Amino acid sequence: MNMPLAPDFVLKTRNLSMAFGGVKVFNNLDFELMRGDCHAIIGPNGAGKTTFVAIITGLLSPTGGEVLLDGQDVTRYSVKQRVAEGIVRTFQINTLFDSLTPMESVVIAICQRDKVAKPTFRAVKHLHSQIDEAYALLEKFGLADDAIVATQLLPYGKQRVLEVVLAYALRPRVLLLDEPAAGLSTSQGRALFEQVVTLAQGTTVLFIEHDMNLVFSYATRVSVFAGGTVIANGTPDEIRAHAGVRDAYLGT
Amino acid sequence: MRETANLFFRLRVRWSAWEIIFWLAWAGAFFYPGINLALLGQVLIWGLFAMSLDLVLGYRGIPSLGHAAFFGIGAYTAGFLGKYGWTEPLSGLLAAGLVSGAVGLMTGRIVRGLYGVGLLMVTLGLNLLLYDFVDRSTKLTGGHDGLQDIVIAPVLGLFRFDMSGHTAYVYILIVTFILFFGVRALVNSAWGLSLIGARDNSRRMTMLGAPVAGDLTWAFGISAFVAGVAGALLTQTTQFASPEMMSFQRSADLLVVLVIGGTAMLYGGFFGALVYVVLRDQLAALNPIYWYFWIGLLLVLIVTFFRTGILPTASQFWIRLTAHQSKRNKLPGSTSL
Repeated sequence: MNMPLAPDFVLKTRNLSMAFGGVKVFNNLDFELMRGDCHAIIGPNGAGKTTFVAIITGLLSPTGGEVLLDGQDVTRYSVKQRVAEGIVRTFQINTLFDSLTPMESVVIAICQRDKVAKPTFRAVKHLHSQIDEAYALLEKFGLADDAIVATQLLPYGKQRVLEVVLAYALRPRVLLLDEPAAGLSTSQGRALFEQVVTLAQGTTVLFIEHDMNLVFSYATRVSVFAGGTVIANGTPDEIRAHAGVRDAYLGT
Repeated sequence: MRETANLFFRLRVRWSAWEIIFWLAWAGAFFYPGINLALLGQVLIWGLFAMSLDLVLGYRGIPSLGHAAFFGIGAYTAGFLGKYGWTEPLSGLLAAGLVSGAVGLMTGRIVRGLYGVGLLMVTLGLNLLLYDFVDRSTKLTGGHDGLQDIVIAPVLGLFRFDMSGHTAYVYILIVTFILFFGVRALVNSAWGLSLIGARDNSRRMTMLGAPVAGDLTWAFGISAFVAGVAGALLTQTTQFASPEMMSFQRSADLLVVLVIGGTAMLYGGFFGALVYVVLRDQLAALNPIYWYFWIGLLLVLIVTFFRTGILPTASQFWIRLTAHQSKRNKLPGSTSL
């Protein structure tokens, strides 16, 4: 890349287009994610938010345009390559290891990150640094007491936290959270965001969320998707004051 | 506490008293007067074979209807070596495992993109292809009559495979234990944990950057290695190999053995094998024609009443029993439960 990029953008998309058959989801979408931000994507259903996340993580390939990570073109990278480059996501629906404990699950994540999960005769018990790190993470996110309970037996709220911990354990450059508070009560959702925002500080977070209270409480920047474009982009205060957003989406 | 986490992973791999008793019982059986060592050897070979399937089915959640192919490849490799002059058994065993493992890696490469019924069809198809090839190539393999004139030298140059079956039993037991030891270590490694992770949720494993497809290929290769050694053990101890060793019937029986014993605990296959082989032997003696009727009935009953298999149900029962007892001991006079 010869073109100098502003160093504070960790992720950018340029002229991103996506169509399923003849149906255009979005066209020439430009998006920028600043390092260290907690950036929210909001928008009505069908605005292309989830498709956007799928393109960023490599689950879908765009019909046009490019995805840049720290200036590097990652548009053609596979999911695995992008994870290795630090683009990690969580899921709207719990995507966990039901029969394993949180302790084992986080150890798996860390071992994958450290590339120590090759076929060997070496028992997990010898991987002290990975075990210690996994435990420290669970403790940090308030899951220490549930560390050795089968995941499927955990209450839903704790499973949602584990969903985030698994991604965070990979030490991502960009942490994408797809509706992290989906299915949680208002207070649980708030507690989850409190943890993510305070504990994952320094990590760039990009999240999709429908609960506007959560968005305006915790996001440092907000992008509004509607009708296949970004209709507004700015700080929460700017978005609140934005007339177009109010008309298109907030309905106030 | 951080120590708890490390302790958890230490306890996870510790040999329990049950495990030690299990293996000592097999060793002790050798000295039991009048015991049918040939039959017990068969049980061990079936158990080892079932353990190989457990690695892919139990730990990775991938069913295979063609595992007898790997068993047969191992059996015939050992047979050919013995027939054409390479009579040393240990190297023959290793060669059989490696040939079978190599075929397993290739199979893994094919099936790793498949799911569900398609996967079953492909494994079944590969099994049938191989069976027909061996069955029809009369000049090469002896065809339906099997491979004869296999010569196996004494183990380590000292212990001859004699009619009493003593050498064969000890040989089978030691080889089985060594492979069990290896597979047990594998499933307790970070790789083994990741295999279970991929079984529970392969989408998440992919999103953790795990080489899900590559791990599956290795699991198939390792599984085939173990199955191949099991087949070679049968050839070497009976000095005979036949197409029946790689028949679809054997693949199906293997699934039965593993499922009635219990999956994803390594020992399940051995318990299943014990029930299956001993029962088959008894029933066949009672009525040599209709014994499959009883096996079928037994299968239905076990799946109805044991759901997850004999061993998991028994261990759950044991846990509940001990938990109940310790509760009563702690709270004397308590009327709860």
